[in-house]
Amino acid sequence: MSANPANVPPTAAHDAAHEHPGAGTYVAIGLILTIITAVEVAVFYIPALHGVMVPILLILSATKFVLVVMFYMHLKFDSRLFTSVFVGPLLLAVTAVISLVILFRVLPLYELR
Amino acid sequence: MEHAAALPAEHLDTSTGLTSFKLGFWIFLGSETLFFGSLISTYMVYKGQSITGPYPHEILNIPLTSISTFVLLMSSLAMVLALAGVQQGNRFQGLLFLFLTAALGSTFLGFQAFEFTEFYHKGLSLQTNLFGSTFFVLTGFHGAHVTMGVIWLLSLWVQGLRGNLPRERAQTVEIAGLYWHFVDIVWIIIFTLVYLLQ
Repeated sequence: MSANPANVPPTAAHDAAHEHPGAGTYVAIGLILTIITAVEVAVFYIPALHGVMVPILLILSATKFVLVVMFYMHLKFDSRLFTSVFVGPLLLAVTAVISLVILFRVLPLYELR
Repeated sequence: MEHAAALPAEHLDTSTGLTSFKLGFWIFLGSETLFFGSLISTYMVYKGQSITGPYPHEILNIPLTSISTFVLLMSSLAMVLALAGVQQGNRFQGLLFLFLTAALGSTFLGFQAFEFTEFYHKGLSLQTNLFGSTFFVLTGFHGAHVTMGVIWLLSLWVQGLRGNLPRERAQTVEIAGLYWHFVDIVWIIIFTLVYLLQ
């Protein structure tokens, strides 16, 4: 590894020096993503699971999302600063989606009662 | 070789110790999450509010979209293998998987073009109902992002063919990869919220 520049915080330089995984890990993640997608489609077609379909699909979808971000986009191995500048707006976006759905879809149901 | 080499370009004399290009691109991706968040919000708020058909359960083709989702996921796998090839100085692997990524992305766009055409022939357009408006805007913007990604990947591939993509320029491929994986994770969300949770 190259020398740490004098004005670089040790943690940042340490994080930047993290290595990316190899082809074996990438293929394994690809296999897991394929299996999760197959399970998602199966859940959609199994009538008995329709009652719990929403939480199951949301969890499976979130799992796929996290796997791609951590391993394929290397956030698990890269600087935490990258994670911060991505996850911050992501949480804001998720909060906005949930808030708008509650405001426009859930609260009107209570007003009708 | 189980681990690809870390990018030497990341050890720069910057205040963060990271390349500004990569940090700036992550900030851009953060802004993109807000962009797609607004489109997804609009789709979710107007979901089930159409007063005329065609309705989602009548028109969405789950088997076809499942295949196109698989194709996009595999393109992400091809993308990381392309990056690993360039990082290791393996020109053949880098070029092969860069082209494969672009080809799989183009295949995904082909599926989307087929789907849009089929929906139009079944009476669903941008102006038909709330479902049509929100669906085409959301998936259309995603498709536009995929199109930009395919053009980007092909330009990198051509550079590689000309010998202008050595190991020292691996970060160029990594940035393109970040963009490509981002369109993949956006589709992961769209596939669940639009297609499976009807």
